[in-house]
Amino acid sequence: MNMTQSAQASREFNCKARAAEPRSGLLIQLENLWKIYEMGTVQVTALRDVSLQITEGELVAIMGASGSGKSTLLNILGCLDRPTKGKYLLGGVDVSTYTAALRADVRSERIGFIFQNFNLLPRASVWENVEAPMLYAGVRKLERDRRVEHALEVVRIPEKARALPNQLSGGEQQRVAIARALVNRPSIILADEPTGNLDSKTSEEILSFLRGLNEKEGMTLLVVTHDLETAAYASRLIVLKDGVIERDQAEIGSRFFESPANSKTVFGEQR
Amino acid sequence: MSLWVIIRISVKALIRNKFRALLTTLGIVIGVVAVIVMLALGRGAQEMVKENISSMGTDVLWVRPGSHNSRGISGGAGSVNTLTIKDFEAIQRECPSVEGASPTAATMSQVVFGNQNWNVRVEGYNERFLRLRKWEVVQGRFFDDRDVRTAARVAVLGQTVVEELFPDSQPVGQTIRIGHLPFKVVGVLEEKGADMMRGEDHDDTIIVPYTTVQKKFKGGVLYVQAGIVKALPDRAEYAEEEITELLRQRHNIQAGEDDDFDIKNLSEMAKVLDTVLSVMTSLLAGIAAISLLVGGIGIMNIMLVSVSERTKEIGIHMSIGARPSHVRIQFLAESVVLCLLGGLIGLILGMSSSLAICELLGWPFSVSVESVWVALLFPTAIGTFFGYYPAHKAAQLDPIEALRYE
Repeated sequence: MNMTQSAQASREFNCKARAAEPRSGLLIQLENLWKIYEMGTVQVTALRDVSLQITEGELVAIMGASGSGKSTLLNILGCLDRPTKGKYLLGGVDVSTYTAALRADVRSERIGFIFQNFNLLPRASVWENVEAPMLYAGVRKLERDRRVEHALEVVRIPEKARALPNQLSGGEQQRVAIARALVNRPSIILADEPTGNLDSKTSEEILSFLRGLNEKEGMTLLVVTHDLETAAYASRLIVLKDGVIERDQAEIGSRFFESPANSKTVFGEQR
Repeated sequence: MSLWVIIRISVKALIRNKFRALLTTLGIVIGVVAVIVMLALGRGAQEMVKENISSMGTDVLWVRPGSHNSRGISGGAGSVNTLTIKDFEAIQRECPSVEGASPTAATMSQVVFGNQNWNVRVEGYNERFLRLRKWEVVQGRFFDDRDVRTAARVAVLGQTVVEELFPDSQPVGQTIRIGHLPFKVVGVLEEKGADMMRGEDHDDTIIVPYTTVQKKFKGGVLYVQAGIVKALPDRAEYAEEEITELLRQRHNIQAGEDDDFDIKNLSEMAKVLDTVLSVMTSLLAGIAAISLLVGGIGIMNIMLVSVSERTKEIGIHMSIGARPSHVRIQFLAESVVLCLLGGLIGLILGMSSSLAICELLGWPFSVSVESVWVALLFPTAIGTFFGYYPAHKAAQLDPIEALRYE
């Protein structure tokens, strides 16, 4: 499949998600968010009065040293965790007080995760891995099959559908994970060190693909990284330090850094 | 998430650990086998009792002279001979719930025909024997009231006796010797088969008039060893009351004094047998309950292992949108499927072992619907009960912790 077809497929894939929410609307709003962990008698403040807004269609990189609170922030944004204090509005709805079950529904409907170590179900085939989120979202069989097929085409590994994750290369596994993240048409994709376990060439492919999703489909992306090269793909950089936003360079025009992606297309093919 | 998907995932998870699943479910298998064997044996025994009773005829009462156990030694030996022929004539005549009554007398004796001889039970009845014992004559005739009055030396043979004495000739019309006396064979009884419980052969008998037994074998005594009474259908209890009242009156027993006779009801005897059986059954039920309990604990144990083994997987499922309830139902389903597998194996093993046992004892075997229910419902209940805690534990996992678990 060539690039044009792939992009076309990807576009079709995400058009519904974008139809549901007006483009460039306010997607994420954090108001005075705190996260405090109780460790015995010691209190550890992971996030300290964080306020943040992310708009539809942004590609945000979050950087910071380990212990800066970036993982905590990602977990809260992904509804895996809830803040100790403060408000988290996702698409205008306050989800900070949601129960575990409601947060699961938010994850199912609105959030796609991409992890550093891929986190594929080890004993399920590629097809089953991509299908799994739709089981929890209650998508019917025919529609599931259609979407899995489509998603595998978008990430360009349709021929690996029957393979098990351990039969795939790291790059291929991450593409399966991306397909899995896309399949429920989320509002936002949260990527936690998505290229941390990949070699530089594969990293480039994955990052270019993610940016392709952002640029061509308007998919909102949030990438946590400690790697400047990865951050260079983003259009906005947030730097955390000791649980506080130290720097937020948003809407700085074209690119935050000189981006190597300018000359690249999805999966690094030359234009 | 559809039930089918949940079951498919459970089965796949179990197949990954085939041997472990099989070992885990062994307790359930043994429990279900015990329950099924218990049901089959209980049913077989019950059927046997029923057959036994119907072979004797239902609504039959046995009347015997006073039991000495109520008064200890004070009664003395002579006092037990309280029933007379006239008592039975009175019962026949005066009790409205009685269909027929007959005194009985029995003795063991050597019988001879030609060069054949055989030691056999000789039973005396009156002419109502056939109706009282629910029996038929297949050859010749039964003796009549005239034979009884005159203490005639006529005999009706059971099938076993016919086989022993007349291997190749017709018995009816022949003369046989019972003890020292010649008897004319007037008829042959239909075959009734063995009493399965006592191992007694019903057909190994010769029926003669009771008067003949008393005069020729017992030296002309007038008292009666025992008597049989057949009540009208479903009137056995009334018949018992009427007989008691009549005999107390006839024997001049004052109010407050004990009866000098004893009435036994066949269905009461069956009840006693039932009690014995139910003791056996509850013993097996105990074994079944314990092994099901132990099996259930084994299931819980292995499910807990399975949950901690798959912590990371649970985290992944949660990250892609699984609610706690999804996780819970998935593990619960796995536990139930595991138990049902044990139930099915138990069903097969239980059926074949009860078939083998019934074959061995010569009892009737029937496949019962209950067994199938037992094999399905018990494991489902156990799987749900013992699987709940591990499933709940899995559902309560923190997704972040679970994802971090290696």
